[in-house]
Amino acid sequence: MIINLEGTSSAKISAELIRVRRSAGSPAQGMVLTLIIVCDDSEFPSALEASMAAGREHPSRILLVVTAPGRNAALDAEVHIGEGTPGEVVVIRMRGAVAAHPASVIRPLLLPDSPVVIWWPGKAPRNRADDELAQLAMRRMTDAAASPRPLAALKARAKDYTAGDTDLSWTRLTPWRALLAAALDQYPAKIKSVSIESERNNPSADLLAAWLRTRLKVQVTGKVSGGPGLTSVRMGTAAGDIAITRPDGLLASYAVPGQPERLVALKRRNFTELLSEELRRMDPDQVYEHTVKSLLDGGPKKTASRRAAEKGTAKKGTAKKGTAKKAADPARTAAKKTTITTGSR
Amino acid sequence: MTTDLRPNPLRDLQDRRLPRIAGPCVLVIFGVTGDLSSKKLMPAVYDLANRGLLPPGFALVGFARRDWAHQDFAHVVHTAVKAHARTPFREEVWQQLSEGIRFVPGEIGDEESFNHLAETIADLDEARGTGGNHAFYLSIPPGLFQTVVDQLRSHGLAEQHPGRWSRVVIEKPFGHDLASARDLNRIVLSVFPATSVFRIDHYLGKETVQNVLALRFANELFEPVWNNNYVDQVQITMAEDIGIGGRAGYFDGIGIARDVVQNHLLQLLALTAMEEPNSFEASQLRAEKQKVLAAARPPKRMDLYTARGQYAGGWAGGEKVKGYLDEDRIPPDTRTETYAAIRLDIDNRRWAGVPFYLRTGKRLARRVTEIALGFKRAPHLPFAKTDTEELGYNAVVLRIQPDEGVTLRFGAKVPGTQMEIRDVNMDFAYGEAFTESSPEAYERLILDVLLGDPPLFPQHEEVELSWEILDPVLDYWAGLPEQPEPYEPGSWGPRSAEEMLARDGFSWRRP
Repeated sequence: MIINLEGTSSAKISAELIRVRRSAGSPAQGMVLTLIIVCDDSEFPSALEASMAAGREHPSRILLVVTAPGRNAALDAEVHIGEGTPGEVVVIRMRGAVAAHPASVIRPLLLPDSPVVIWWPGKAPRNRADDELAQLAMRRMTDAAASPRPLAALKARAKDYTAGDTDLSWTRLTPWRALLAAALDQYPAKIKSVSIESERNNPSADLLAAWLRTRLKVQVTGKVSGGPGLTSVRMGTAAGDIAITRPDGLLASYAVPGQPERLVALKRRNFTELLSEELRRMDPDQVYEHTVKSLLDGGPKKTASRRAAEKGTAKKGTAKKGTAKKAADPARTAAKKTTITTGSR
Repeated sequence: MTTDLRPNPLRDLQDRRLPRIAGPCVLVIFGVTGDLSSKKLMPAVYDLANRGLLPPGFALVGFARRDWAHQDFAHVVHTAVKAHARTPFREEVWQQLSEGIRFVPGEIGDEESFNHLAETIADLDEARGTGGNHAFYLSIPPGLFQTVVDQLRSHGLAEQHPGRWSRVVIEKPFGHDLASARDLNRIVLSVFPATSVFRIDHYLGKETVQNVLALRFANELFEPVWNNNYVDQVQITMAEDIGIGGRAGYFDGIGIARDVVQNHLLQLLALTAMEEPNSFEASQLRAEKQKVLAAARPPKRMDLYTARGQYAGGWAGGEKVKGYLDEDRIPPDTRTETYAAIRLDIDNRRWAGVPFYLRTGKRLARRVTEIALGFKRAPHLPFAKTDTEELGYNAVVLRIQPDEGVTLRFGAKVPGTQMEIRDVNMDFAYGEAFTESSPEAYERLILDVLLGDPPLFPQHEEVELSWEILDPVLDYWAGLPEQPEPYEPGSWGPRSAEEMLARDGFSWRRP
């Protein structure tokens, strides 16, 4: 059912949520997190739909914050509960002066002692550290793909990265990364070069390139294709390419040197699936942090110099195994350090 | 998976988004026309593929006595997947799977059929790049194991080579008593090394069963009271509301104790009662399970502390149902039990003096599996006696299925001016609180077989230990002159089971 509350307050919304739950006769609460979604009027319908679907997998209190300018301060709410609504969904519309203090409305509505996640399906605030709502959340999801200049958006996010940030353009990569990692499990050859093809302005492709460059310590070239999204990744080895090609956004072909080419399902996932993956883990994603930050020092030159430095330290090691381990270590310790500093802030 | 030479640079322990994907391999299912195969195995394979957990080079081979071509079999898989898969059907996933589906018609005893099978597998290794990695799923009666494993050996399919693997998966029942279990192990182990034998007890693949370990060993709240200082009885129940259905041929002569107690209930008991393992490595987990199973002993007075029953005809759940003795293809004088209840004691410091009551039955009131720990009453109640009349005992209930979760039961004050205390439940529903709809047990288990990850599979020592516990009870029952006690269908079992608990001053929980 949907209950409209006009000219309301946080306390009234809370009271309504409790009243409705009681009258439904099921005071048991299985909700595990609060999801705040910040959007404007134009993004609202699709955000509502995606959050309802994600809520089915993650019963949560979903707070949709829709702000609009206006001369008079106004606070209206719609409480959706029961009848096909998973958990509790509250649409909160703020106008005028209230819209400048959204945290004052949202803070009393957070579920006790459980994670708070915030998602900006469209435009994200430029400096999230200063954003009132962002400060309430332990996980902050942005989507660079929704920005007109995705790469610039990613770089901006790298600059003010705070532990707990993620971007959906990173989430979109998980199946690709899983497949690439599995390919190297099966065919553990030294990778000499990597090339990636994707649609123009695809932030996922930038992140994938950055990830492969930092992990494999090789140069990664990018090419523009007709899409949709990422269309191919080739990793060159002495014996030929490990290639994953997905021309239609659905089914990819997978080739490894010396083995027959095979098909693998690699569907582009929708928001619901992306949100569900994001909500699965509540801890900061250090691999994302490392990858997105590497966009800032981007060029292959720096990678080369870093590799040289590592070789220097590695020489002191005894076994070959040790070398490889050490190569991964600087990244790891760097990531740890950031968590500690941000955590104590 | 990973090579010994160089760690995979794309893998990172911190990168927990990346799932483990099995390496390219062939899964061969014997008995592919069976119910289990179409309802559980094939859908689980599809669900794994849909979740991106199967490698691009994966092949599924069916072997059965049918005159099918590859595409006929593919059609059968397609139908099974559409009807029973957990995740939505997607054409591209199907395309990936169907490329690697093959069928080998033939008889298990026939040389020619196995030559054909070996050729098919060799072709797949070539065409799909499965690299000599094979898993053989024996979804067939145990009587045929000998023939199949001998055939596999003589056709070179069971050979272990470095860098590739050959595994065999067997389903319960693992024998029908200690001697036959040992025979079965001898047969399988004569061909496959112990580390390549995967015994599937699908209960152990269930999320909630694994959650027993999380609940016990990740929390500080429960472990301090998880012993005989606070617990005074444990009840482990697995009830089914259906009768034997079409399984007459299998069930009669076997009985529910062999079918359920030996594997599922004793495994649940082991997980509930075992000490904390040093780590969740397979060997550590197994060591603790074996220790606790070795400490469990059947009752000395079988007449007082075991109960068996047979469901009678009548009304169950609004339907008129036949009694066990009237079911099709059941001899009218059979003494096979459809209900079993046993008290076990565990002789160690943690559990001495706490009875573990196991019960299972067909045609009971509803389908439910749960582990309930009943706590002692508070040593002193500062209330008037009448205030606490309605107060039962505190309980922690681990609900395994169907409504997976945990229930805490404790006393609370009834609102009003009088002090009246009554039991209330606090529920945690597993399905509700977590993100992914939990994968089917078979998905997890098949993936673990393909990854070669053994913690969830019982080893033969565990199987033998559980037969050692059950054998004396079965022997005692076999020596009884009378029929098992009939019980009303749709009830909670025979009266003798009630009496068995009443003797100790307890009663069965209504699950």
